[in-house]
Order: sequence, then C-alpha cells, then structure tokens
Amino acid sequence: MGNPGSSRGVLTMKIIVVGCGKIGCSIVSSLAKEGHDVVAVDTDPAVVEQITNVYDIMGVCGNGVDNDTLSEAGAAKADLLVAVTGSDETNMLSCFFGGKLGARHTIARIRGPEYNDKSLGFIQQQLRLSMAINPDLMAARELYNILKLPSAVKVSTFSNGAFEIIELLLKQDSVLDGVKLSAMREKYKEKFLVCTVQRGDEVFIPSGDFELRGGDRIGLTATPSEIQKLLRDLGWHQKQARNVILLGGSRTAYYLAQMLSIGGNAVKIIEKDPAVCAELSEALPKAVVVEGDGAQQELLLEEGLRTADAFVTLTGMDEENILMAIFATTQNVKKVIAKANREELAAMAGKLGLDTIVSPRRTIADVLVQYVRALQNSLGSSVETLYQLMDGKAEALEFIARADERITNIPLRELRLKPNILVGGIVRDRKSIIPTGADEIFPGDSVIVLAAGHRLGDLADILR
Amino acid sequence: MNRKMICRTTGNIVLLEAALLALPLAVALAAREWSVAIAFAISIGIALLVGLVLSLMARGADKLIFAREGFVTVALSWVLLSLIGAVPFAVAGCTDGTPISYVDALFETASGLSTTGASVLVPELLSKGLLFWRSFTHWIGGMGVLVLIMAIFPADSGRSIHVMRAEMPGPVVGKLVPRIRDTAKILYLIYIAMTALEIVLLAAGGMPLFDSVLHSFGTAGTGGFGVYSSSIANYSPYIQWVIAVFMLLFGVNFNLYYMILIRRAREAFRSTELWFYLAIVLIASGIIVWNILPTVTSFGEAVRLSVFQVSSYLTTTGYATANANAWPELSRGILFLLMFLGGCAGSTAGGLKLSRVMILWQSVRRSIRQMLHPRSVCAVHHEGKPLDDKTLSGVSAYFALYCLILIILTIALMGLAPAGFDFEMNFSAAVSCFNNIGPAFTHAGDPGAMFAQYGIPEKLLLTAAMLLGRLEIYPLLIAFSPSTWSRKKS
Repeated sequence: MGNPGSSRGVLTMKIIVVGCGKIGCSIVSSLAKEGHDVVAVDTDPAVVEQITNVYDIMGVCGNGVDNDTLSEAGAAKADLLVAVTGSDETNMLSCFFGGKLGARHTIARIRGPEYNDKSLGFIQQQLRLSMAINPDLMAARELYNILKLPSAVKVSTFSNGAFEIIELLLKQDSVLDGVKLSAMREKYKEKFLVCTVQRGDEVFIPSGDFELRGGDRIGLTATPSEIQKLLRDLGWHQKQARNVILLGGSRTAYYLAQMLSIGGNAVKIIEKDPAVCAELSEALPKAVVVEGDGAQQELLLEEGLRTADAFVTLTGMDEENILMAIFATTQNVKKVIAKANREELAAMAGKLGLDTIVSPRRTIADVLVQYVRALQNSLGSSVETLYQLMDGKAEALEFIARADERITNIPLRELRLKPNILVGGIVRDRKSIIPTGADEIFPGDSVIVLAAGHRLGDLADILR
Repeated sequence: MNRKMICRTTGNIVLLEAALLALPLAVALAAREWSVAIAFAISIGIALLVGLVLSLMARGADKLIFAREGFVTVALSWVLLSLIGAVPFAVAGCTDGTPISYVDALFETASGLSTTGASVLVPELLSKGLLFWRSFTHWIGGMGVLVLIMAIFPADSGRSIHVMRAEMPGPVVGKLVPRIRDTAKILYLIYIAMTALEIVLLAAGGMPLFDSVLHSFGTAGTGGFGVYSSSIANYSPYIQWVIAVFMLLFGVNFNLYYMILIRRAREAFRSTELWFYLAIVLIASGIIVWNILPTVTSFGEAVRLSVFQVSSYLTTTGYATANANAWPELSRGILFLLMFLGGCAGSTAGGLKLSRVMILWQSVRRSIRQMLHPRSVCAVHHEGKPLDDKTLSGVSAYFALYCLILIILTIALMGLAPAGFDFEMNFSAAVSCFNNIGPAFTHAGDPGAMFAQYGIPEKLLLTAAMLLGRLEIYPLLIAFSPSTWSRKKS
C-alpha cells in the first residue's frame, strides 16, 4: 500500500506515543500506517525492541514522565504527544511535561471513574490537554448503541446522532438474498443508503445494480428513526435489550451498567474479585452484582443466562471473553457481544460464529487517526469524525464542507469522484438528507463520506 | 523463510549495481579507454539480466520478513555484488595486455566492497576506468548497499530494520529518526558531504582531481585502494595530514555527526567510545613517535608518520606513508594489535569495533568481581545505559566466533600457502583480510604485493574472510548453513 500520506504531499506529523501496551501498540500501528514519524516510549526494553522490529518507528526506552526520556524522544519538536500507559497519573504528568517541553498537542488516556466526572474539565484545562480519552467509556458507549439496536453488529453515529451507520449481517435465508439494491430501495419506502458491503475478504462500495447475497455484511446509513422503521419492515426488528448480563467487572462494565440502569434496564454483573464486587455494588445501586467465576457454565445458567436478552463479556482476557460468548450463543441468548482487544483473536472469533465483537483498542485508534488527520489540514474541510468499518477495510468520515468551487453547489452526479467513494449523508441545519444524484453540498454542511482503500484528510480528496 | 522477498531485495540490489557501474563506464569513456568501456557495458548487461531474473522470480511476494530473511538477503546480496563487480576486471585485463584471472578479479572486488584494500593487482597497470571502479567499490561498501537501497526506495515493510541491522556494523544498531528511509538518507548525506569535503581539501593541496576522488573514496569507506603501489608515501605532508584526519573522522560513529547536526553536540561528546577512540590514537602514536624518532630526520616527520599509520591501522583503512615493516618491533607490534580493534561502531571501519572491546572488558571485570563477591549484582553500562544480558552474551559469543574463525583461517592458510610464507605472514594476512585492513606484515619486499603470491585456493579463502569480516560473520554463516534453508525446520 506504500505511503499514501506523504505522496499526497501533506505534512508528516512527529508523534510521540508514551506507553506501548495493547492500546499503545494499536495507536502506533495505525499512525505508522498513516505515514507519520512515530517515536514509541516504554519502560520495558523488551517491549520497545519488539515494537521497533515490527513497525517502522523509533523506540526510546525510559519513563515517559522523565525529562531526559521525553527530550530524547524529541518532545521539543513533536506535533503530538499521546500518553497511554496503564496509569492515569503518569499519563497526565507525561502530557504536562511534554507540553512544557514544546509538544504542540497532548492527548492523555484518563480512565479512572474518579477523574471522569466534573473534574475532567479541570484536569484538561490545568494540564492544557488537547484531549482526554477514555477507551473504557468509549467502548461502553459503543456497546450501549448496539444494545439499543440488537440486530446490528456495529453502530457508528455522526453529527451528534443525526446519522447512524449500522452494520448488519445478512443470514443465508435472508429476504434480501439475491435482491438488487435498486429493487430494495423501491420496495422499502424508508430513506436509507446501503453504503458498504463486505463479502468474504472484499469490501465494495456498491452501486444500484449490486446484488446482495446471504452472508454479506452490509453497512446502512440513515437517521436513527428511519433505521428502526426499516428493520421493522424487514422483519428483523428486535426490541432493545432490557435484561443484560455483563461478565467481568471492568471499568467498561461499570460505565455500561451505569448507562443501562439510567435507561431503566436490568443489569447483572458477574465478577470474581470480592473487592471489585463491593466497589461496584456501592457505585451502582440499581445493578445486581454477583460474586463468582463467570467461566463456570453452571453459574451462568443459575444466574439466568437463558432468559437474558443480551450477554456481554468484558473480562480482561480476550480468550475468556470469546469462549464464554460462544457458550452463550449455544444457549440461544439473543444478542451476544464479546470484547476482544487483540485483532487476530477478534478475526478468529468472527470465524467461530460471533458476529458482534467490540474492540476498545480499535475505537481509540480511530479517534487518534481522526485527530491527527484533522491536525494535518486545519485549513481545509477537516475531518470531524472517523470510523473504521468492515474490520478496517473501509472508512466513514464526516467533514464540515467549506466553500470550494470544485465541490460545493454542484449536483453530486456531476462530481468526478474517485472509485470506491460515496457521499452517504448530508446534515444541513439539523436536517438529515440521504443524498441522491441531484443533491448538492452547500458550504457549512456536514458531509458523511464512505471510502474503501483511500485515506482521506480533506473533503477535496474525494475528487479524482 | 520468505524466499520471494529475498529475491526481490537482492534483485533490486543487483539492478542498483548496474546503475552504479554506469559511473566507471562514464570515466572509461571520458578517458577514451574503449575496450574498458566495453567491459563495463558487458558487466552492466549481466547485472541487468540477473536483476531482472531475480525480480521476475519475486513476483507476488508477500512482504513479511523477519531477522532470518534480513541476514540471508544481506549475505546473498554481497556475494552477488562481488561476483558481478569482478566481471569488468576479468574482461578488460591490465593495460599492458596481461589478462586478469577471474579469481584475482573476485579477490580485488571483494577486497574493495568489504573495504579491505588488499590487492593482487598493480595499480600502475590498471586503466582509469578500472582504478575508479576499484576505489568506488570502497565507497559503496563502506556505508553499505542495502542502506543505500533503503535511502532510495520507500520501505517495503516496517520490518526492513532487520536488513539494516544485518548490514550495519556494531553490537547495537538503532535508528536516528523514526523512519528507516530517513535514517538511511541522513547517513548517506553525511557520508557524501564528508567525502566531498575531503575531495576539495585534497585537490586544494595540489593532488590531481582524479587521484583526490579515488583517495577520498578509499578513505571514506576506510578501504585503502590508492593510485600507486607506494600508496600515499609520495604525496606532500599536507595531503598526508588531510588523509590521516579524514581516516579518523570516518572511523567515528556516524550517529554522533547526526547529533552534532541537530545541535546536540554536547551529547555527542559525552560518548565514551569516542574518548576511548581518541585516547588509543594518542597513546599509540605517542609510543610510536618515541620509538621511531631515531630512524627519521625530524620530530615533525615522526609525528606525521606515526599518526598516519596509527589512524590507518585503527580505522582499518590500510593506506601507508612509510614502510611500517621496517619499523622497530615495538611499533610493529602496536600496529598489529590496532588491527584487531577497528574503529567505532556505526562507522565504516572494520575490525572488532571499540564498543565491543569496551563491553567485553566490562564483562570481564564483572566476572572477576562476581568471583570475589559471589552475591554482588553488577550491571554493565555502555554509553551511560545499562546493557541487558542478551547484548552481553551476544558480544561474548561474537568474540568467541571471531577468534575461532581467525584460528581456522590461519591454519588453513598455513596448510595451503606456498613455501616462504611463515606463521607471521599467514597470520597477519588472515588478520588483515578478516578485519578489512589491507596490508599485512611480511619480512621481505612490499607488503602490498604479498597477496599476489598466494595461489587460487588461498585467494578464495581470503575473499571469503574479507566478506565475513565486513558483514560481521553472522549473515554469511546463517545464509550458508543448511538448516536455514530446510523447509522442515523453518
């Protein structure tokens, strides 16, 4: 694939990543693929050696709070410093010192619930953080969106919820098997657009005469209400999961349980560690906290696995999550979601029949790539939101359009777009438009673009 | 084992050699040496053919490579480079019409690429095109061809560091900047700039431009091929000083120059290896000055001769301003010991490398201390950073392997060598080639001419020794051990 970033002549960013755990590695990997100059900092020499062997980056071994280490990593000239060690306090300090040394932007991972309340704004302001990221909270939001719409395997939202892209898996005997997209659009009256189709390992941005087949994974853009209607017409509508069992009392589980119980749902958390259980039951008075080993099938059945609407595995072990999720599917639980951070395990779990896998690490990498691309061209129509769809083979991006005689005020059918690019939605004055060839983009619109095999940094990049 | 990816990179290297051969072709054309030009044209044709065949074999390669592929790629590339680079010598022959055998040509090319500078030919009998190519191989081999490839082409994968590590000398190879292509570019830019500076300084001292270019190539790669059999002896003291200083400069770790360029000179001068290097030069030159003072006319001359010779042997260049063989035993002994040390890691010099010597010395001290205080914990530091046990055992293993290969080489030479070659000559020939120095110690006659008296098997053996020394043993050993290639074990 080479290096599309530099070939386009945009700036390469100097980026320091402090902490090379699971999240750090995935950030390094995405940013190195984007063609940036990445320096990875970690205290463990073995980790640094491993990561420099695999990616074309530089490694510095040392404490990310230490002045010498940060200077050696080039903090003085860095465009961005991302601190994602396991400790919130280290991340904050590292960003603070990095900023003092001259890093232009700093992003810290802050995941402790005690910091993620009102004090977050204070911390961000005092430390001059450009952004604080909380992967657990992001994962919980993603899970919550899926639980609201259980027939989807992934839900991505744009423009504060004005648009959603949901990914659906067509069953072999689906009513849509063998249906052309143009026919589908005539049959169902709702406003929607099939924007991506994954078949086997290939991803298509389909046109009207594309024929769907059972086993395809499709991405739909529409407004949330239209999606509900469409799913009902298709006969796939499932009620929102009202009775959810969470396996593992991780931070993600805490945030998710909080969101679910605010919505009035029944939540049960199964956790091994008594101390964690005590904390959770204190923090979440509405949730049922069960102390016990969730890897025991007996226990799960006793706690009502068969009658649950949804089962979400959130322990720290990918393997345990996947295996227990597979067990739950054999017990006919309607919606089963597994958290898997390691990409290769997530792919294998998909082959084993788990359709919905959530990866916090993927989510956080998306957020960073979006941030960096927005940094790269702060002048043009920069990226507002970015999601990877279809296992990272396609991207959905949201741009705010600026006046540009090549794009704005021209009917879409007259734009000469690159292949495998689609304008999937326009938001104008809070109104969501599913565009047809006659629609135009006006300056100030939020434009949602789908792209397979391109890296877009600016709305103008969609043109040939 | 990703064979296709190995073919792909090796093919690119051979194609690059075809491009590099165009330079001596241009020189030959400019000097109106038509037959030599044809020889170069033939070589370019062969290189293009081999390169294209390799590229064709590599179609559809998947780009995943590991350390093993890195080692094998480097070894095969260097062997192929030597084999093809020898063709012009063999086709063109000497100017007086005597042909050059392919084995002699191969020895000369390997000696050039490995920056050894040991010669079996007489420079006065070589055409300008061949002389240029001979010295140019020093320049190419000094910084490394694969590093050059990386500087020119975008990296195939993030894992090219394995290739760079296999080609760059020294116990620890790191990057200067995050991206390998930029690192390679910076290294080559520093290399080119320093070479250009030396050319200018030499030409300013009255040396003809052609000679300045050739001697600068020889110094930059710490090789040692010159234009005359007498090496540098007949040039003015100014030129001898310039070359001596540049030999020392090219023996310094190039990372330090980069540090100075980005204005972190203070860190560069904190390098313990650099101070160790300078201390050795001072002490060795001091002893030799005192030792040879009675045999020369003035103190100044003694200083010039000794500094030049010490720089030449320590950086494994091999230029000469005086016949060091005629010097007193003490001076000869010191020079002989300098041959083993080599320059700093990350420079173009050969030998063991000073950082290895320093690490070895520290591990010895640690072992002794642990014998005295069996429970003491004692970390080994190098350049202000503690070293892990993996690097330490790697350095010790390298040293053991280095000694073993020297012993085997010497014994094999003793068995093969013609009458009149005693132990000292054979041993110093082995040491000289294996450490990429060039001249060896001999009792009789010109030290430069002694390699020509060896037979074909000895020349091939020494050719292998030179490449082994340049690539620091492992790549060739790995590439030619059957277990690397067996599909069962991979």
